[in-house]
Amino acid sequence: MYSTKYVKAKDIDDAATIMASAEDGKFLAGGMTLIPTLKQRLANPDCLVDLSACGLSAIADDGSAIRVGAMTRHVEVAESALVQKTIPAVADLAGHIGDRQVRNCGTIGGSLANNDPAACYPAALLALGGTVHTQSRSIAAEDYFDGMFETTLEEDEVIREVSLPKPEKAAYVKFPNPASRYAMVGVFVAKFADGVRVAVTGAGEDGVFRASDLEAALDANFSADAIADGTVSADGLMSDIHASAEYRAHLIGEMTRRAVTACG
Amino acid sequence: MRTITMKVNGVSTSHDVPDNTLLVSFLRETMGLTGTHIGCDTSQCGACIVHVNGKSTKSCTILAAQLEGAKVTTIEGIANGDELHPMQQAFHENHGLQCGFCTPGMVMSAIELVEKNKNLSEREIREGLEGNICRCTGYHNIVKSVQDAAGKMGG
Repeated sequence: MYSTKYVKAKDIDDAATIMASAEDGKFLAGGMTLIPTLKQRLANPDCLVDLSACGLSAIADDGSAIRVGAMTRHVEVAESALVQKTIPAVADLAGHIGDRQVRNCGTIGGSLANNDPAACYPAALLALGGTVHTQSRSIAAEDYFDGMFETTLEEDEVIREVSLPKPEKAAYVKFPNPASRYAMVGVFVAKFADGVRVAVTGAGEDGVFRASDLEAALDANFSADAIADGTVSADGLMSDIHASAEYRAHLIGEMTRRAVTACG
Repeated sequence: MRTITMKVNGVSTSHDVPDNTLLVSFLRETMGLTGTHIGCDTSQCGACIVHVNGKSTKSCTILAAQLEGAKVTTIEGIANGDELHPMQQAFHENHGLQCGFCTPGMVMSAIELVEKNKNLSEREIREGLEGNICRCTGYHNIVKSVQDAAGKMGG
């Protein structure tokens, strides 16, 4: 790892001030992606701004939505009675990210700020039509993701919390890579009174995306039978050593069927 | 450089280290606690797992600087004098190790797993040890060891 300076921010405004004074700083949340990246010398920030003391880890009921603090660890979301009761699909998703040690450290805000194309949380935020709240504004999920590893966050913008609307039913099913356990395809299906939303992670060339063909099929008939083979096109999907675009398209259909079945 | 103070295996300790020092380097190189192993160095194998404030944590993926004031327990801190921790004893009795390189991380990970849920199914144990890689045993006797220890730890 290159040498760097470490600073623990007192609160969210302090974090933004420290970041503004750094030449090329990085916010440090759970560190589950950032620290391995630093160890491989793939990044060389002059300053790490630790957000762990900023008081951003509460989970609250907000009527039609739940609000999850950006520094809430995956294990806390997975074990939260409130999340289990209101959006069990999100508790289940959080409980299957990485391994137990990753879940003990990794955070929802870190995952969303990193926007790894194979991360799980982006699918939940997009399918639920959630909102990312920063120190200065609120960003709807549709306006938040901006391609692989990119978001519309400004350099010194810190996620304060995330609100996730409560669906009538929802489920997330992923096909993990057998070695890395990252999602080769993950599908989050959420049924609301005004329609079905389906978000896909792990597969898109530009990261997480909504699958409008699947949404239309499930709006007409919310059952696994509604997804015929060949419903999903391979256009715009990733091909890599793990899977071809065609195989990923097949997996999207299958994971969607399993998610709809899991919705009950 | 900065001075880091943390409680390691019950003893308060203070050392001056560079800001980019990983916890595993702090333990092994600064403190000489070499029971915690570096296996893959890419955050996948779990040989470096210790407990940080009671939570199993990959010590190769956290900075010592993040842990000012924290309580850290390593494999050296779980036995009671000459009496092995029930998890260590179970690994010994069930042949839960061969080369032994992954064992410190396995034991630390398994202790947290059992402390959270003493009535684990075999599947839950296998899933719970997803963050630990062993290249010798095929995991079979590791699972047996954890089942045995869970009984002895009050399951």
